[in-house]
Amino acid sequence: MMSSFWSMGGYARFVWPCFGFAGAVLCWNIWSARGHLAAARVRAVRAMAMDAGEKV
Amino acid sequence: MWTWFYKLASPPYVFGVAAALTPWFFALAALTIGYGAVAGLVFAPPDYQQGDAFRIIYVHAPAAWLSLFAYTTMAVAGGIGLIWRIKMGHAVAAATAPIGASFTLLALVTGSLWGRPMWGTYWAWDPRLTSELILLFLYVGVMSLRPAFEDPARGDRAAALLSVVGVVNVPIIHYSVLWWNSLHQGATVAKIGKPAMPGSMLWPLLSMLLGFMLFYGAVLCIRVRGEVLNRERQSTWVREAVKS
Repeated sequence: MMSSFWSMGGYARFVWPCFGFAGAVLCWNIWSARGHLAAARVRAVRAMAMDAGEKV
Repeated sequence: MWTWFYKLASPPYVFGVAAALTPWFFALAALTIGYGAVAGLVFAPPDYQQGDAFRIIYVHAPAAWLSLFAYTTMAVAGGIGLIWRIKMGHAVAAATAPIGASFTLLALVTGSLWGRPMWGTYWAWDPRLTSELILLFLYVGVMSLRPAFEDPARGDRAAALLSVVGVVNVPIIHYSVLWWNSLHQGATVAKIGKPAMPGSMLWPLLSMLLGFMLFYGAVLCIRVRGEVLNRERQSTWVREAVKS
């Protein structure tokens, strides 16, 4: 039963890489978007610190 | 009547709404993608012609649909930025491009893996495949053009112009299987009133389509927040938001 599921009727080498790549794309999107937001926060904090330094 | 439209032009409002919507989009996406994947891989019966290889449709079709939806969103947002000079339009367009490009790549790779057992080849210069590849190049072009200008406003305008011009490719991709002889199969779900699938195959597909859309919404919200912070970092409200 389980082995027939994993073999996907002989198409396992096409079906599973598709689902694996889809999972990778979803994970990359989350990781990349969070990185983009974190980098933007760092730049905003840096701009704030530079402004504070100029005022002093 | 236009109050909601003007609100969407306000960076603090967009930043707050995007932050509030993100967890909801992610939770609903996890539910719908989870159901669609299990029902599609385990419970849907094999296709009478394609056997279990048809299950690739559960990632290929939502990715292909999303690649067109994201491009249209990018072009509309870019157009709003160009015509009404609304900065948030350019922010949404910039945030959409990498998401759309990644799903276009996913559609091409999964289509190629599906094509090998069905057509006997990973790639053919077929109208649907070629126009989808052009879509990927358009995404890459838009993403490369924006930072190519020293003045960010000019980069935004150039990228918006390219995305608006390139939107002509969207109907070409959609109708390519009708306009030209194509290896690619015709519409499966979009046949009005009579989809070419039984419910046990169709519901998981619709669930995956909805799940991918919700996932796109969640990732777009995070990216839009990043874009807003980048563009508004000198504003007082950003300083307050970053402090908290």
